Amino acid sequence: MAENLKGTVGPEQQFKNFLSEGKFMIQRCKSLNKFFFHPRVAFPGSGERDLEWVEASGNGEVYSSSCNRRLPEKGGDFNLSLITLEEGPRMMARVEGIDPDKVEIGQKVKARISSLNGEPAVIFDIV
Amino acid sequence: MDQNDINRLRGKTAVVGLAESGCGLASGWSAMEIMASAVHDALDDAGIKLKEVDGVFAATAFHSMAAMSLSEYLGVKPKFADGSQIGGSSFLSHILTAAMALDAGLINVAVVAYGSNQKSAGGFKTISEAMPYEAQYQPRMPVTAYALSAKRYMNEFGATREDLANVAVSARDWALLNPRAYTHQDGPLTVNDVLSARPIVDPLGKLDCCLVTDGGAAVVMTRSDKAKDTKNTPIYLLGAAMEHHHRMISEMPDLVQTSAIESGKRAFSMSGYKPNDMSTIQLYDAFTINTLLFLEDLGFCKKGEAKELVKNNNIGPAGNLKVNTNGGGLSCVHPGMYGLFVTLEALRQLRNASGDDVGQRLNGGWIDNAKLSVAHGNGGVLSSQVTNIWGVSDTL
Repeated sequence: MAENLKGTVGPEQQFKNFLSEGKFMIQRCKSLNKFFFHPRVAFPGSGERDLEWVEASGNGEVYSSSCNRRLPEKGGDFNLSLITLEEGPRMMARVEGIDPDKVEIGQKVKARISSLNGEPAVIFDIV
Repeated sequence: MDQNDINRLRGKTAVVGLAESGCGLASGWSAMEIMASAVHDALDDAGIKLKEVDGVFAATAFHSMAAMSLSEYLGVKPKFADGSQIGGSSFLSHILTAAMALDAGLINVAVVAYGSNQKSAGGFKTISEAMPYEAQYQPRMPVTAYALSAKRYMNEFGATREDLANVAVSARDWALLNPRAYTHQDGPLTVNDVLSARPIVDPLGKLDCCLVTDGGAAVVMTRSDKAKDTKNTPIYLLGAAMEHHHRMISEMPDLVQTSAIESGKRAFSMSGYKPNDMSTIQLYDAFTINTLLFLEDLGFCKKGEAKELVKNNNIGPAGNLKVNTNGGGLSCVHPGMYGLFVTLEALRQLRNASGDDVGQRLNGGWIDNAKLSVAHGNGGVLSSQVTNIWGVSDTL
């Protein structure tokens, strides 16, 4: 392994491993005291590499939302939203437990770890 | 480097030939055959022989190394080639790169080309990899991304689906004047038609989305000194600039502000002209929301005000702003990557006004005395933005 690749696996796999353990973890740059998502090898834009994993609070707010139309036999309509996390970063996710076309911008949501197609996934519920 | 150095490209190169091929349905033709046919037609239009071509620029959703595949197919041995792939705006960036290579003396004749048989080959085609951190949620890309932007836009500025629909209605009105447009025979659209069309990804319905067609296009570029000796009216590249801020929609810094704000500012600055100087405005309208965003981001109105600007068919044939005068991606043609067709329409309007025969339009389809056109390309999911400013010789 190249010397500059610290740790046993890269940040993307680490993120997935955390999810498998039931933890929703995001990265924070220690020197900047800023969170970011998606996981990377360095802070985007300025390149700081003093990073640590922190468990996300799971609190967030709907930044935008869409209702993806799909035939009932293929699983039916589903929601797809962009969520701004309390810590600052934004991510794509689904909001469930509500009609997929009823999710509105500004609604407070809370993360849980569920699964999609057999893989662990961060899903949000309306608070 | 100061602005004068950057602006050295202004007016240094020109398009001297253009063509489209296989637009609509081209069953039985491959993407390469459609693309190469456009190149040969564009060279014929320019009166330039194939063996003079020494610069090749191309990108498609069918070829991982499009510039190389096209060069081989044509039998051209380019001294410089570029197949950069930044989505549908690639060709407007190829034009900038070609201008740089021509100005630097690396090449003398450039062709920029695209070809697609996506409709006859079975529908929307992509060679994009799955996006990490997004693919798992199964977004219907690219529609979901544009729907997320549209929803946010409506929320921030009090816009409605009717405001979006106005864009589709005007685009169709232009297509009715253009015999080349895919929907030329389909009759006008009403706002209600757009609102009641099948929902795809709310808030976007089928008529908020571009067409899915086949088609290819090509332009031929030379330095301006050589351009004067070709058989058609040269159209000069007065300004060009690009910028991008994200690849995935979840990484877009602000869903209602695109990097067209930056590309537009720099392209207009290089050209020495302002948005309101443009005789025609050609914007990459993959979805109705695009037109609203780009009218604002390129400086035709303030942020949030495009919904007023597009009311009362103001961007249609009888309106004040001549926007997407071919019918756009919404109603003319959209073979997967539309950037070169935005360019073709910007150029055709200027050539027609200069007396060249570039095809027939119904009354009002050609803009009288057109001297300047902006062509704006969008790629990915509101990601890459490239602005080109074109002008006739007396705008130099």
